[in-house]
Amino acid sequence: MVQPLEALQETPSQTAGPFVHIGTVPTYAGLGGVYETELGRATFLDGARGEIVEISGRVLDGAGGLVRDALFEVWQADADGRYPGQDGADPKVFGWARVCADPESGEWRLRTVKPGRTRRRDGLEQAPHIAVWLIARGVNVGLQTRIYFADEDNGGDPLLARIDPKSRVDTLIAEKTGEGAYRFDIVLQGEGETVFFDM
Amino acid sequence: MTGPASVDDGPLIPRDRDVHPVAYDPGYKTSVTRSPKFPLLAMDSTVTEETGPVFGHDSLGPLDNNLILNWTKGAAPAVGERILVHGRVLDENARPVRNSLVEIWQANAGGRYRHIKDTYFAPLDPNFGGCGRTITDDEGRYQFLTIRPGAYPWPNRGNDWRPMHIHFSLFGRGFGQRLVTQMYFEGDPLIARCPIVETIKDRGQIDRLVAPLDFSRAKPHDFLAYKFDIVLRGRRQTFFENKPEGQ
Repeated sequence: MVQPLEALQETPSQTAGPFVHIGTVPTYAGLGGVYETELGRATFLDGARGEIVEISGRVLDGAGGLVRDALFEVWQADADGRYPGQDGADPKVFGWARVCADPESGEWRLRTVKPGRTRRRDGLEQAPHIAVWLIARGVNVGLQTRIYFADEDNGGDPLLARIDPKSRVDTLIAEKTGEGAYRFDIVLQGEGETVFFDM
Repeated sequence: MTGPASVDDGPLIPRDRDVHPVAYDPGYKTSVTRSPKFPLLAMDSTVTEETGPVFGHDSLGPLDNNLILNWTKGAAPAVGERILVHGRVLDENARPVRNSLVEIWQANAGGRYRHIKDTYFAPLDPNFGGCGRTITDDEGRYQFLTIRPGAYPWPNRGNDWRPMHIHFSLFGRGFGQRLVTQMYFEGDPLIARCPIVETIKDRGQIDRLVAPLDFSRAKPHDFLAYKFDIVLRGRRQTFFENKPEGQ
């Protein structure tokens, strides 16, 4: 016998299921008005500093099918690289929002502030990115990934540098399609599978 | 600052994947094409994962954690067995997770969800919506009043049924702590037959999702109670050096 550890274990995850929208985006599920304020509608308010960009894309499964019921959340820094709650952070940036695919077309769209560069505790600088956490029916543990931007200097980013094979780095980089417009597909499995993290 | 470094200093404790379901499980058919084939890229968390949204009490309404009344704004109660669901949210360092958003959603007493995509022929309850939310207190406690959800059939293998369950969404302090899970009810024989439950391969971990009947919180002539505690990822405490006396 040994002394018991005081540490606890994380509670096991379970899939969010097909009806995740009821609890997270009730209006989408047909429950509009149940809450006075629905959370996660936008990452920022009018007057936020920096460039406003629009990212759109699809979520695809291993058979190339559209994941129309996918829901993901984003979390990001403000234009100066400060996360909400940090000293000097832009009060107009909430940094967090929920994004749903359109139930018909499967297309999703996110309008947000382009985040600035952030620094890790070891001093290394991270290229501008938006963190993504995706849940859906058939996804047993929420999937973590990131959206980077093709028109930023991503060369020194310590996370992208760890990706092997290098050819998979592109799965995390949103393609620029116009002024302030980007395209980013999330592929859950198979050819072009997005890099997901355990971090 | 004097004293030891805060446990908030270090990165998030890496997820123990043996606690969690497997991503790919042919018994749960939808997971077959929705599970990544490549291994996950494991790294220490960064400021991105260690920070997260904070929600104020002012963003919630007074009935948001009362699913018996919130759909009708208090006009008429939902049909079903009245229950209190309560518990604490802790982290792996055994500390309460304070002021943190908890969201739930569930089927009605007949096993039907109020959702555009639910076509099960059990009737909707005009007095029941099926979602609730609250913020934990200083001890990490939360509570909901609701009705016990019904079991229901779902298209998977020939005759699969979901046990009675409530979906939970937890935030913690950092985006890397995000968790969704499901609470099951003590004594439900359908737990042992559910392919979604069985995506968790360690039987002992499944037991951690089963809420016991808690008579200490049941209110006579009103509602029964179930207790469901939840643990989110903790932070690794950083090594701290001796401090000279007096500093």
